[in-house]
Amino acid sequence: MNAYGLRIAVPRGVMMKPTLDSLDRAGIDTAEVRGNDRKLLFEDAGIVTMRPSDVATYVESGAADIGITGKDVLMEQHTRDVVELADLEFGFCRIVVASIAGEPDPAEVALRRLGIMRVATKYVNIASRYFEQTGRQVEIVEVKGSVELAPLTGMVDAIVDLTATGTTLRENGLVIREEIATTTGRLIANPASHRLKAEAVDRIREVLLAG
Amino acid sequence: MVMTLPIPSGTRDVLPEEMRERHAVVAALRELFETHGYGEVSTPTVEYASVLDHAGLAAVGDDATRPRFRSVDEKGETLALRTDMTVPIARLVGSRFADAELPIRLSYVANCYRGVRPGRGESRELLQAGIELCGAPAPDGTAEALTVLVGALDAVGLSEARVAVGDASLFPTLLDAVGITGTARAAILHELATRDMVGLDREVRAAADDVTATMLLEIASRRGAPSLLDEIADDRANAALSGLRELIAKLDQDVASRLILDLGLTRKLGYYTGAVFEVYAPGQGHAIGGGGRYDDLLGTFGRPLPAVGFALDVDALHTAMVGTSRGIWRVGWSASEDRDAKAGS
Repeated sequence: MNAYGLRIAVPRGVMMKPTLDSLDRAGIDTAEVRGNDRKLLFEDAGIVTMRPSDVATYVESGAADIGITGKDVLMEQHTRDVVELADLEFGFCRIVVASIAGEPDPAEVALRRLGIMRVATKYVNIASRYFEQTGRQVEIVEVKGSVELAPLTGMVDAIVDLTATGTTLRENGLVIREEIATTTGRLIANPASHRLKAEAVDRIREVLLAG
Repeated sequence: MVMTLPIPSGTRDVLPEEMRERHAVVAALRELFETHGYGEVSTPTVEYASVLDHAGLAAVGDDATRPRFRSVDEKGETLALRTDMTVPIARLVGSRFADAELPIRLSYVANCYRGVRPGRGESRELLQAGIELCGAPAPDGTAEALTVLVGALDAVGLSEARVAVGDASLFPTLLDAVGITGTARAAILHELATRDMVGLDREVRAAADDVTATMLLEIASRRGAPSLLDEIADDRANAALSGLRELIAKLDQDVASRLILDLGLTRKLGYYTGAVFEVYAPGQGHAIGGGGRYDDLLGTFGRPLPAVGFALDVDALHTAMVGTSRGIWRVGWSASEDRDAKAGS
């Protein structure tokens, strides 16, 4: 177990390295986590690794005391009962609406001529809320990955997805039409741990923010 | 052939062995409530929706105590399953205890019915055991309720459990004192209720000067033993904290030692007006009970009285007592010998 006595949920993927770098600065030895791609639970470091979208689930249930995940995950799973403690300012991305390049925007054409547009996304809640707020009728198609494929095959008129540099969108002939939100890595805590282990939670928050 | 016929999600069957243990938990709670002078009441599971709506919960969208299960009776009246016992007891006190001597001490062990969010293991039907103390204002009434609550946890053997205590009126008072009003005030209270400290930081800094913002953010994040109240320097904060301070002063040391003050705690139930409680047990990621002061609720049922109460989730108590620490992860931290023994076998 780490010196904080906290069980930490670490996201795999692009946020893993900056997360582990932060934890190193907090004095937690993450060498074993970095050296082992398949193992999921590291008792000495007090770390479990998982998909970013699962971090809030583990933290809400109390299986982990704290965790690091993107604001996009917290926005999508907004009913999760977790405490959002800090913006760690890494993993900057934008949540955007994109469609096939060229004018006019095919999504706009669909909306104008058919009164509804079809949108593929992994972020069903974020997309639904956004189009509802902007007064547009949409049909959401949930996909689990490679969202860019959906408009290329004609399944949908637009997508809502996360993008860091826009490269993948561009390479697939898509352009950003609207920005819904920006997102960065967030430190979250289980509400019970936030109180019962207040001192340790505050200490690691300070160190992670100082980095 | 065995037929497996489904029951609704969020409900379950209880078999004899568990039922015996559950009875023991309930018996211990009943005895404790009785010892403190709380008479047990029973009210109908189903009430007129229009009566429950007196509590003003219908207006609050995500409130767990808003009735979810409704049906229509033979006269066309809408009936609703109760979501807690606080509102039915408020109705009872208003209509049946109109001339009763104060304070009125009532207890209950009753099933309540709520909506569930998928994948969280939440219950549609939950057995609650609790008390309501009507006509006893803060701080004495609150201190009595907390004393009974800690006694109840001890009675079932959960001496490790802790009660987080906050004050629903703390931040509204504090924001009034520093002159933050209107949409900025609403935004700050929203971020606090959703426990988004990043959003809170943003909203507070947008609405207040540096010194005030730092003070507000500091108060919102303070958690710890009651002695933390001695460490607050700001006069405006100290004025707003007077309610909590008076409460702590009324408590026996052995009760106070089981509390964790959380100055940023606001419970999401609409009717709380003062102190709010959440009960935590080791190994449980969720609160296993909660409560607080609701000084305005009884007035909506015709008997304006200050009141306070709490409810414990009996099955969550039972789970916490059994210490269902499943998996190497849980067991690993709490009892390493146990894990080593298993690894060796």
